[in-house]
Formats: sequence, C-alpha cells, structure tokens
Amino acid sequence: MTIGLTHYLTVAAVLFTLGVLGIILNRKNIIVILMSIELILLSVNINLVAFSSYLGDLTGQVFSLFILTVAAAEAAIGLAILVTYYRNRGSIAVEDINVLKG
Amino acid sequence: MNAAAAFFYLFSTCMIASAFMVIAARNPVHSVLFLILAFVNASGLFLLLGAEFLAMILVVVYVGAVAVLFLFVVMMLDVDFAELKQGFLQYLPIGALIGTVVAIELVMVTTGWVSSDASIASAGTPAPDDLSNTAALGRVLYTKHLYFFQAAGLVLLTAMIGAIVLTLSHKPDVKRQVISEQNERDRKTAVELKKVPSRAGV
Repeated sequence: MTIGLTHYLTVAAVLFTLGVLGIILNRKNIIVILMSIELILLSVNINLVAFSSYLGDLTGQVFSLFILTVAAAEAAIGLAILVTYYRNRGSIAVEDINVLKG
Repeated sequence: MNAAAAFFYLFSTCMIASAFMVIAARNPVHSVLFLILAFVNASGLFLLLGAEFLAMILVVVYVGAVAVLFLFVVMMLDVDFAELKQGFLQYLPIGALIGTVVAIELVMVTTGWVSSDASIASAGTPAPDDLSNTAALGRVLYTKHLYFFQAAGLVLLTAMIGAIVLTLSHKPDVKRQVISEQNERDRKTAVELKKVPSRAGV
C-alpha cells in the first residue's frame, strides 16, 4: 500500500488532539502547557508540509518555515516570562498567577 | 509493504507515542526528552515527504535550541512538580470529552476531503524538478517572500531582545564594567600626587 495524504493528515490530527488534551489535563503545570503548544504547532507543520508535498507547491514549506520562526520566538519569550515570574513569586503554579484578576 | 510505508508507520507510531508521553510523564524532564523524540520523528516524516531542508531545520532549531531551552528552564526552576501534577485525573473526563470532539471533527475533515486536479495544476510556486529542495526553497524565499522573510528575522530579533531584557538582572553588590567611566579617566582623576615629608612616611 502507498502512503497517501490522508495518512499524514490523520497523524497530524492525532498529534493535534494530544496537544489539546495536554493543555486540558496539565492545567497546573505551565511548562507542560507550553510543550503541548509546541506539539500543536508541530502537527500544523506536518499538515502544511504534507499538502505542499502532495500538491507540488512550495508555499506550504515556506509557511512552515515561518511557523517554526514564530514558535521559536514564542517559546523563548514564554520561558523568559516564566523565569522572571518564578524569580519574583517563587512559584509557577497556574492558579497562583492571578495578579491581573483575570 | 515497501520501505517508505514501513518507515512512515515507524516514525508516526514513535511520534504519537512520545507525544502521549509528553503530556503523561510525571517528571517534566522526561516530558522534554519525549518532546525531543517527537521532533526527531517528525523530521523523519518530513524527510519521507521530501522536505529535507525543513527536516534538518527541525532538528537544528527545535531539538538543538527550543527543546534544550525547555530543558534548561525545567532544570533551573526548583519547583515541586509532583504537586503540580495533582488534579490530572480530575480534568480527565472533560479532557477526554473535548479530545474526542476534536478528534472526531478532525477525522471527519480528513476523510471527507477530496482535491480536484485543477488545484494541483494551479500551484502558485510549483516545485522545480531540477533543483534540490533547499535550493528551490531558497529561490522562492529570497525572491517571492522576501518581505516575509525579513519580517521573520524581525520577529526573532524582538524575541531575542525581549528575552534578554526580561531575564537580565543587575545585582547591587556585583561589580560590573562601566566603559564610559573607564574612558572618562584621565591623569588628573586617576593619579594623585602627594607631598611626602622627608623622614616622616606617608
């Protein structure tokens, strides 16, 4: 059997679901939430690259490159905020982060 | 089953299993290591799809930079992660519900989807056959998407400056080099001449 576009889309869908599940299940641990966001972005990248490969269009890979850029920036800023928050408050529990009364 | 299909199933099974372990592992260090495994397997999938440049970028940028950044932060913060793990089972029903709904939606989209041949023919930037993936990508990136490329660089610069500004701290009792003060020193401020009387000492 040959591996078609549907196979890749299914793998990406499972990965996306696991990422969403990770955000919900680990609501107290912000580091795992950030990692789940990385998983979701990875699944989106797999979708874009699969479509790009099967349609013979390079734009999907260019898009995927930009998503990688934004994801790297997001991870760097998020972790920097996390380190600053831990330095000030001594805790990174999500339910303690309520200074803004959100 | 040919080799490509076998490798597809190997990579995707490993990736999904390690993604599951990312969200299920007790120790966040193990989570980060499984995240690295997931990224490596995803880059294998990219190789199977013919996107060699993105596969290598995924290994270099994600495994080499982002995942190691996660690892540093997890190891640097002295947090009781077992306490943060509590409530995992409490959220399991709602999580399973939302996960099932999302999965069903995605499977419906994935299976009930057809592409017309016209969409393949109307590819905006068709991949040239005589170039490698990296060369073709560079040819598109530096011409057609040049402004987006520059904007991506700007995003990375902003992230770098922001991360430095957020985490750089000046402690009051640590001596630092002040270059302007060093340059301001001249003979008058740096050297003090004292008239020492003879046979008296300073």
